[in-house]
Amino acid sequence: MDLYRKRLLVNRAGLTLSLLAMLAGLAILAWILGTLVVNGIAGLDPTVFTRMTPPPGESGGLLNAIFGSVLMVAVGILIATPSGVLAGIYLAEYGGRGWLAPVVRFINDILLSAPSIILGLFVYAVYVASTHHFSGWAGAFTLALIAVPVIVRATDNMLALVPNTLREAAAALGAPKWKIVCFVTLRAARAGLTTGVLLALARISGETAPLLFTALNNQFWSADLNGPLANLPVVIFQFAMSPYDDWKKLAWVGALLITLSVLVLSIVARALGGRRLSS
Amino acid sequence: METAASTTQERAAPKIQIRNLSFFYGEFQGLKNISMDIPGRKITAFIGPSGCGKSTLLRTLNRMFDLYPRQRAEGQILFNGRDILAENQDVNQLRAKIGMVFQKPTPFPMSIYDNVAFGVRLYERLRQSDMDDRVEWALRKAALWEEVKGKLDQSGLSLSGGQQQRLCIARGIAVRPEVLLLDEPTSALDPISTAKIEGLVSELASDYTIVIVTHNMQQAARVSDFTAYMYLGELIEFDATDTIFIKPKNKATEDYITGRFG
Repeated sequence: MDLYRKRLLVNRAGLTLSLLAMLAGLAILAWILGTLVVNGIAGLDPTVFTRMTPPPGESGGLLNAIFGSVLMVAVGILIATPSGVLAGIYLAEYGGRGWLAPVVRFINDILLSAPSIILGLFVYAVYVASTHHFSGWAGAFTLALIAVPVIVRATDNMLALVPNTLREAAAALGAPKWKIVCFVTLRAARAGLTTGVLLALARISGETAPLLFTALNNQFWSADLNGPLANLPVVIFQFAMSPYDDWKKLAWVGALLITLSVLVLSIVARALGGRRLSS
Repeated sequence: METAASTTQERAAPKIQIRNLSFFYGEFQGLKNISMDIPGRKITAFIGPSGCGKSTLLRTLNRMFDLYPRQRAEGQILFNGRDILAENQDVNQLRAKIGMVFQKPTPFPMSIYDNVAFGVRLYERLRQSDMDDRVEWALRKAALWEEVKGKLDQSGLSLSGGQQQRLCIARGIAVRPEVLLLDEPTSALDPISTAKIEGLVSELASDYTIVIVTHNMQQAARVSDFTAYMYLGELIEFDATDTIFIKPKNKATEDYITGRFG
C-alpha cells in the first residue's frame, strides 16, 4: 500500500512538472502571437495592399514587398518541387540497391539543417558576385535551395510509407516499374507529397537571412527578377530597426501577414495529411 | 472436380513444369531441388508449416523475387514449354500471363473501375465500350458485380476486406492470364468472405490453372485437385488431393495432415 501511495505521488509530481513545462511553452507562444496581433492589426488597413513601401515620414503600404515575396516564393517552389520530388522518387524507388542513395540521403539531411544564411552566402558568391547586382532570381534560387531538401525528405519518407505489397500487386499485373511509380505509389502518397510541398512553402516564405544577400530590397514597384526585388522579410528587418514610427508599424503588419499565411499553409497541410491517414 | 481427380488419378497436361529448382535469399537456401508438374486448368495447393517455402515457390512462378536484389533462383521452370527463369524472359510479359493475388487485399488508390482496368490498359488498347464490357465481365467472374455496379467510380479502398480481395481477383483475371497464383488469399478474411472466395476459385478452375498457397488444410482439401506438402524448403509429397489427405505415401505428410506435427 505504501508502495502504491508513493507511486501515486511520483506520478502526480511528474504530471505537474510536465503540465507546467507545457504551459510555459504555450504562454510564450501566446505572448508572441498576442503582441504580433495587437501591434499588427493596429496598422492593418486596405492601403497596406494598395501602396508601396514609403520613404521615412510618409504613409504607405507593403504592396511591392508582398508582390516580391509571393513572386520569389512561387518561383522558388516551382524550381524546388520538380527536382525535389524527382530526387525523392529516386531515393525511395530506385536507390535501394547501390551506395548512391544513402550518400545522397545523408547529404540531403545536412542540407536540411544547414543555416539558411550559408545558402544565401553561397548564392551571393556564385551568382550575385558574378553578375554584379542583387536580383530576384538570386533570391528565388536561394529559396529553392532551402526548399529542395525539405521536399526530397518528404517525398522519400512518404513513398517509403507506401506498403511494398502495393508495388508487388502492380508488378504482378505486368506493370513496368515507371508505371508502378507514376500510377500507383505516387498516387498512394499524393496527399503526403502535397503536405511536404506546402510545408516547404511555409518554411521559405519567412526566410530573411538568405534574401539579404540575394534579392536585397527595392523601395519601388518591380516585377523584374533580374533586379533587386522587395520582399516582406527584408522589409520587416529594415523597417523594424528604423527609428520611424510609420515604418515600425508597417513592419508589424508585415510580420502579421507572414505569420498568418504560414498558419494557413500549415492548417491546409495538416488537413491534407489527416485525410491521408483516415483513408 | 475433386472426385474426378481422385478416381482417375490422371493428371491433366502440365502447364508448368518445375525442374530442379533451388532458391536463395542471400546465403539462405529457401527451396531445395524441387521438381514437379503443375497441371493445367486444375487447382493445385501448396501446404506445409510456416517457413516451409510454399510462398517462396509460388513467388518464383511469376518471378516476383526479381523485385529484390538478394534473391535468386536456380534450375528451370517451364511455362508452356519455355524456361521462364531464362535471362531473356521478359518478366512483365510473363506476369501479364501469370496473375497473382496476395494475402492482404491490395486495391490501388483509384476507383473500382480503374482498379480492374489498370492491368488491361497495360497490354491492350480497348475502346471505351469494350473496356466497360471487360470490367463488368471480370467483376462478374469475381462475384463482385452485383455489389459494386452502382458505384464503380468510388475508391477501391472504400470496399470491405472481403470485397477488396474479390476486387483484386477481378483485377487479376481482367487481363485474362493463363495461370492465377493465390498466396493465402483468405487468411485475412472472415469465414463468409472465405467461403465466397473458395467458391469463386472452384469456378475459375474451368478456365484457369490455379495454384493456391494455404495455411488452412481444410481449405486445401475443399478446393484443390492436387496438393503438394512442403517442409523446410523441400517438396515432401505431391499427389491428388484425396490421396494426400486419405492415404499419403509419406509418413511426414501423414503426421502433418493428421495434426501430429506442425
